[in-house]
Amino acid sequence: MIKIWSMKKNEDAAAKKKPKTSAAQIRVQKDLTELDLPPTMKTHFPDPADLLNFTLTITPDEGTRFLLLHISQSNSANNTSGMYKGGAFVFSFAINTNYPHDPPKVKCTQTIYHPNVDLEGNVCLNILREDWKPVLNLNSVMVGLQYLFLEPNADDPLNKEAAQEMSKNRDQFLNNVRASMRGGHIKGTQYDNVLVR
Amino acid sequence: MATETQSQPADWPGRYFHIDQVLNTPGPRTDESFLAGDGVKDFLRNKSKILVIGAGGLGCEILANLALTGFKDIHVIDMDTIDISNLNRQFLFRPKDVGKSKAIVAAEFIMKRVPGVKVTPYFGKIQDKDDAYYMQFNLVICGLDSVEARRWMNATLVNLVDPEEPESLKPLIDGGTEGFKGQARVILPTITSCYECSLDMLNKQTAFPICTIANTPRLPEHCIEWASVLEWPRVRGDLKLDTDDPEHIGWLYKIALARANEFKIEGVTWSLTQGVVKNIIPAIASTNAVIAAACCNEAFKIATSSAAYLNNYFMLIGTDGVYSYTFEHEKRDDCPVCGGEALEMTLKPTTTVEELIDILVEKQDIQIKKPSLSTPTKQIYFQAPPQLEEATRPNLEKKVSDLVPPGGEVTVTATTLPFSLSLRISYSE
Ligand SMILES: [Zn+2]
Repeated sequence: MIKIWSMKKNEDAAAKKKPKTSAAQIRVQKDLTELDLPPTMKTHFPDPADLLNFTLTITPDEGTRFLLLHISQSNSANNTSGMYKGGAFVFSFAINTNYPHDPPKVKCTQTIYHPNVDLEGNVCLNILREDWKPVLNLNSVMVGLQYLFLEPNADDPLNKEAAQEMSKNRDQFLNNVRASMRGGHIKGTQYDNVLVR
Repeated sequence: MATETQSQPADWPGRYFHIDQVLNTPGPRTDESFLAGDGVKDFLRNKSKILVIGAGGLGCEILANLALTGFKDIHVIDMDTIDISNLNRQFLFRPKDVGKSKAIVAAEFIMKRVPGVKVTPYFGKIQDKDDAYYMQFNLVICGLDSVEARRWMNATLVNLVDPEEPESLKPLIDGGTEGFKGQARVILPTITSCYECSLDMLNKQTAFPICTIANTPRLPEHCIEWASVLEWPRVRGDLKLDTDDPEHIGWLYKIALARANEFKIEGVTWSLTQGVVKNIIPAIASTNAVIAAACCNEAFKIATSSAAYLNNYFMLIGTDGVYSYTFEHEKRDDCPVCGGEALEMTLKPTTTVEELIDILVEKQDIQIKKPSLSTPTKQIYFQAPPQLEEATRPNLEKKVSDLVPPGGEVTVTATTLPFSLSLRISYSE
C-alpha cells in the first residue's frame, strides 16, 4: 500500500476535490442550461427545483428541412411538413439517476393521431431506445421529437391505422390529422384537441 | 516457515508456504518500497482491511480467493438474498440458504472454512454507508452487475480523496462479467481513469425498436417487451413494475405468452420473462472465476507492493477461444466525476451571486462564458431554459453566503467548459 499512498503526494492534480453533486445531476444541469431550442419548443418544470421531471411543448411550423445526426428516419413524406401546424404537443420527460447511461423516459401526454405515437403516448424514436448513447443529450432528443412532426414515418408505425392511411391515401391522412387535432373521432377513437388557442 | 504464529493462533506451520515465496524476497519487478519478509506479511495479515462489494457470482469467488491468500479482515456488502438459481455457481450457498442474505451466509461460510479470517457482512445497500465507513478500508473490490451501483461507489471513492491525507486514496478494483466476456480494472481514484471516464465504452443492453415490439414481433423477447413496456403501463396504470415480485413476473409471462401464441412465436417461458425484464445475461462460472482471480491478484499486489499492478484495464473475451487484452484506459478531462477543474475561492461575505458570476467570467485562466451555478441540493442561477432562468434570477442579488455555507461546494457548468467546474467557497473576515 505504501507505494499507492506515496503517489498522491506527487500528483499535480492534488488539489482536486470534487463536489458531492452526482454525475447525473451535473449532466442534467449541463444539458438543460445549454439547451438551444427553436421558438417552436418550450420546456416547463411543474416544480422548478426538480430538474428530472418536466414537459416539452412542441408547436410545429412548416419546418425547415435540416440535417439531423443520429436520427435514422427514412424520408417518406413530401409537402407534408406543415401538417401538424397549429397544434401544441406536450411530452413528459422523466430522467432517472442513472442518466446518461439510461435514456430519458419520454411520453406524449395527449391522445394524438400520429403514425409514430400510440394512443398511450409511447413514442417510436430510435434514440429513445435502441440507439441511445451517453454522448447524446436532451437537446438531441427534443430535436428528434420535433422532427417526428415534420416527417412522420410510416415505416415505423405505432399507430398502425395512421401509418397505413399515410402511405395509402395521403389526402385522407391529412384530413384525419386536421380532424384529430380539433378533438375529432377517427375510426372510433376520440383524439385530444391540441389546437393552440 | 513458521511465521507470526504468536499473533495468529489459528495459523499452523507452513500455512502460507506458497504465498511466502513471493513475500520473503524481492523479485526483479518488485517496487523499491517493498518490505520483504515480516513487515509485508504483518500488513497483509494483521493490518489491511478490504471491502468486497457484492457476494454473488463474482463475490463468492473473490471472498474465497482473498481469504486463502491471507487477507484476514474482510468486509462484504450485498443487498440481495439467495435465489435457487444462484446455487450452480455461487458456491458458498446451499439449498438450505435460499431466501437468506448473501452477505451473511457468505461471511459465515468463509469464516467456518478458513480459520482466522474475519468476514464482516452487511446486508443492505452501499448507499446506506457514509464516508467514514468507507474511509476505514485500504482497498475496495467491486463484483457487481449494476452500472448504477458501480457509478455510485466510484464517485464516492473519488470524493473521498483528500490530498492532505495519502491514506484517503482507496484503490478500487472493479470486476465485471457478461457471459463469456469479462473485465478487471484497477482504478486509483483521481489518479487514473475512473469508472465514469469509461461509461460510454459499456456494452448497452439490447433494446428492441418499440415499433417492432408493437407490430412485427419475431422473437420471444419481443413478446415479453410488449408485455413489460407497452401492456404493463397501459393495463396496470401507475403501479411500478417490481421485477422481484413473482405476481408481476407471472402477469407479464401470461400476457407475453398470449402475444406469442397470436404470432406463432415459440420460446416464451417464465424464466425467459424474468431474464428479459431483469436484463439477466447468462452467468458463466468459469468467467467469474477468471475475473475474480484477476481482481484478487491485483488486490494482493497492491496491498503488498510485491509486483507491478495492472495498468489499468484487462479484458477477457471467451466467446471464440480465449483471448485477453490489457490496455491503459485514459482519464477524461471532461469526466463529471474525476475530471474538470476544482477551484478554491475566497469571497467577501457580502459578495452577491451576480458578482461571483462576474468574477468567474473575468477569470482569464478558465475562459468561462454564461455560467450556470448550483449547490449539491439547489439551483443558484441557471442561464437557461427561460423558466428556470426566471425562477433563479432573484438569487442574483442575494449574497453567496446566504446560499452556500463556508466550505460549501458550487457546481458550475457552461458551454465553454468541457464538463463542469467545481468551486469550494470560503469567506474572508
Ligand atoms: Zn473519471
